[in-house]
Amino acid sequence: MSTEKAPRPQPERILEATQLQTLIELLQQRGYEVLGPTRDESAIVYGPLADVTALPVDCGDEQAPGVYRLRTRGDGAYFGYAVGPHSWKAYLFPPNEVLFRVHRDAAEGLRTEILGAPATPRALLGVRPCELAALAIQDTVFTQQAVADRGYAERRRALFTIAVDCAAPAATCFCAEMASGPAARDGFDLVLTELCDPPQHRFAIAAGSAAGAELLQALPTRAASAAEQSAVSQQWQRATAQMPQRLPAEEERRALLAHSHSHPHWEAVAERCLACVNCTLVCPTCFCSDMVDRTDLEGEVAERVRTWGSCFEAEHSYMVGGPHRHSVAARYRQWLTHKLETWHEQFGSSGCVGCGRCITWCPSGIDLTAEVAALAEHHGGSTAPRTPGGIHEGA
Amino acid sequence: MKAHNPSSPSSAVAAVAAAVEQPTPPTGYEAMAPVPWRIEAVTAEVADGEVFTWSLSPLESQGEPLPQPGQFNMLYLFGIGEAAISVSGIPGRDGTGCATLSSPPPLAGGVVHTIRAVGSVTRAMQALSAGTVIGLRGPFGSCWPVAAAEGRDLILVAGGIGLAPLRPVLHEIAARRRSFGRVLLCYGARSPRDLIFRSELERWEEECEIELRIAVDRGTAAWSGHVGVVTELLDRGGFSGRNALAMICGPEIMMDYSVQALRRRGVPKEAIFVSMERSMRCAVGFCGHCQIGADFVCRDGPVFPYPRMEPAFRIQEL
Ligand SMILES: Cc1cc2nc3c(=O)[nH]c(=O)nc-3n(C[C@H](O)[C@H](O)[C@H](O)COP(=O)(O)OP(=O)(O)OC[C@H]3O[C@@H](n4cnc5c(N)ncnc54)[C@H](O)[C@@H]3O)c2cc1C
Ligand code: SF4
Ligand code: SF4
Ligand code: FES
Repeated sequence: MSTEKAPRPQPERILEATQLQTLIELLQQRGYEVLGPTRDESAIVYGPLADVTALPVDCGDEQAPGVYRLRTRGDGAYFGYAVGPHSWKAYLFPPNEVLFRVHRDAAEGLRTEILGAPATPRALLGVRPCELAALAIQDTVFTQQAVADRGYAERRRALFTIAVDCAAPAATCFCAEMASGPAARDGFDLVLTELCDPPQHRFAIAAGSAAGAELLQALPTRAASAAEQSAVSQQWQRATAQMPQRLPAEEERRALLAHSHSHPHWEAVAERCLACVNCTLVCPTCFCSDMVDRTDLEGEVAERVRTWGSCFEAEHSYMVGGPHRHSVAARYRQWLTHKLETWHEQFGSSGCVGCGRCITWCPSGIDLTAEVAALAEHHGGSTAPRTPGGIHEGA
Repeated sequence: MKAHNPSSPSSAVAAVAAAVEQPTPPTGYEAMAPVPWRIEAVTAEVADGEVFTWSLSPLESQGEPLPQPGQFNMLYLFGIGEAAISVSGIPGRDGTGCATLSSPPPLAGGVVHTIRAVGSVTRAMQALSAGTVIGLRGPFGSCWPVAAAEGRDLILVAGGIGLAPLRPVLHEIAARRRSFGRVLLCYGARSPRDLIFRSELERWEEECEIELRIAVDRGTAAWSGHVGVVTELLDRGGFSGRNALAMICGPEIMMDYSVQALRRRGVPKEAIFVSMERSMRCAVGFCGHCQIGADFVCRDGPVFPYPRMEPAFRIQEL
């Protein structure tokens, strides 16, 4: 891994861990609502941070297919865990959003009121590299098509991101393969690398935007020593090395999935898949939604609410006469091929950033990387097209 | 689209396959929120009114983009919901060449939709009368490659309500009949009672040199026409395979068999266009419901060159 190009230039400044509270205060002074990881009873979730004590200090996690457990680390680290069940998408693409209201109107019949209050400026502290990649993917979906989602775009503009490199990837993580982590590359305002080596505890810090540079100036930092810089690179390399290669390379897995449609393995997965939609809810990139129209009691005002949807629901593909993807096998196939294959053509990237959430939070412990491996294996190890004309004919 | 060279079908075909235009959809929240349009006229297309045509005009014209043949709007009923409905007439675009056409009468800046009542939203629509204000957003999606069909034989294949999205194409042909070669309309319906646009069908045939072939699943005592499936009408030929362009709209199974029949007659795959239907919520590429492989039917379709959709016909539940 040491031959790999460094994800970004070495940070040049150091912020003592005792000054993390100052960072939160400076953000609050600038009008940001500060959000970050915090511990609820059994998991690390995202929520408002009043101050530094709300962070899950000294907390680690253990993750495996269908398994999530918190543990005590014993070193006092602030960010010594991987991602939990929440993702930041809830703040940009809310699970429930009223899009518009329609009023019955005596003169005109109907009057549409488009909603959308100005977005609250928010600072996200502790954004993981895979989550930055997921944000970039959702930006493409919601703001870079012919029609832009104005609510998303406004919330995104009002966002300040403080990334934290991952030092403790979970057993379910595979961001290195998806080229999204474990060190942040870009897309942040500030980036931290936690160097926790008791009794020393500090953060290497760098800016990735003008707003980030302004904040960095205002923080009580000092120059990083050569030893501290090398500790940062070592951490990047160690974290990468902790994640074994689990997937075929991008070109190979795309070819595999593009020609996998009649593969018997989909039926085998369907026997374990409960179609519970957990995987799509925890996934930081899934963007599917439903629309619910509801009317007030007087029948004078109707509103359309957009809620998170999932391709695992039968209703997702419902047409007059019934669901188009009536089998769970077809729905799992839609999910996996969309994530790893068709997404590339739609939006120019993979739809999976390797965060591992769908593996951990699957009640049946289905692991997409194992399913890809199984598809590849029954293919006789060859990913050559079996049938002419896969889904990619035509441009 | 420039005149093609019939002696080099491959290049002509490549040009055709690229011909599915993607007009720019409305942007911003306008794309997501319906605005009020008034139903100006309602015409029952079949005896029980299960299929009906609406002429609509905007309450307040905001310079709505003129829809193109093949595109669709999302029609909204207050508190009930929305349905994707193709334009079946485009006043202001409908031709002048065959002046007696266009029924219902054109409304400049308006739009015409033909709807079959099948479920909660469309049944509620059936109950509405002229003067009612509904919500509308659009137009969305790709259009039929009418310009690419000029100079060629044009084969339109419709099943049931699938004739509605092809009607604006028929109007354009009628307006510029000399621009096209032989024009064949193959139309399949459940029974003679289910035929829609009856008076227009006759006029297209009598006044516009459009060869009309109709098949019904079940005939009646009075029915002297064909009883069977629409693909049998294609097997009769009567068009140049290599220099034809086909547009198909109907149930997927019918489109699949039609493509096979056209292929048997030598029509290149790339010259065949299909209009697809999938579950739709947003119509602008956000909700994910309408995906077929890498395509969003709302954004990349509903009209596709057949080769692009071939996997959808071959792979179950794609
Ligand atoms: C591009 C396009 C063009 C079309 N053009 C036309 C046209 O010109 N004319 C025409 O008549 N039709 C057309 N249709 C078909 C038309 O959109 C459907 O017939 C219509 O949406 C049916 O709505 P409904 O409420 O009446 O039916 P319902 O069966 O009640 O369904 C209404 C909608 O609600 C949802 N729904 C209903 N029940 C369930 C359930 N149990 N679970 C989950 N979801 C459910 C589905 O999304 C469904 O689309 C077109 C469709 C598309 C995609
Ligand atoms: S598919 Fe799974 S691993 Fe990939 S981004 Fe989504 S939740 Fe994370
Ligand atoms: S994987 Fe399924 S839920 Fe997620 S974006 Fe794709 S279609 Fe939507
Ligand atoms: S209808 Fe929402 S993505 Fe196509």
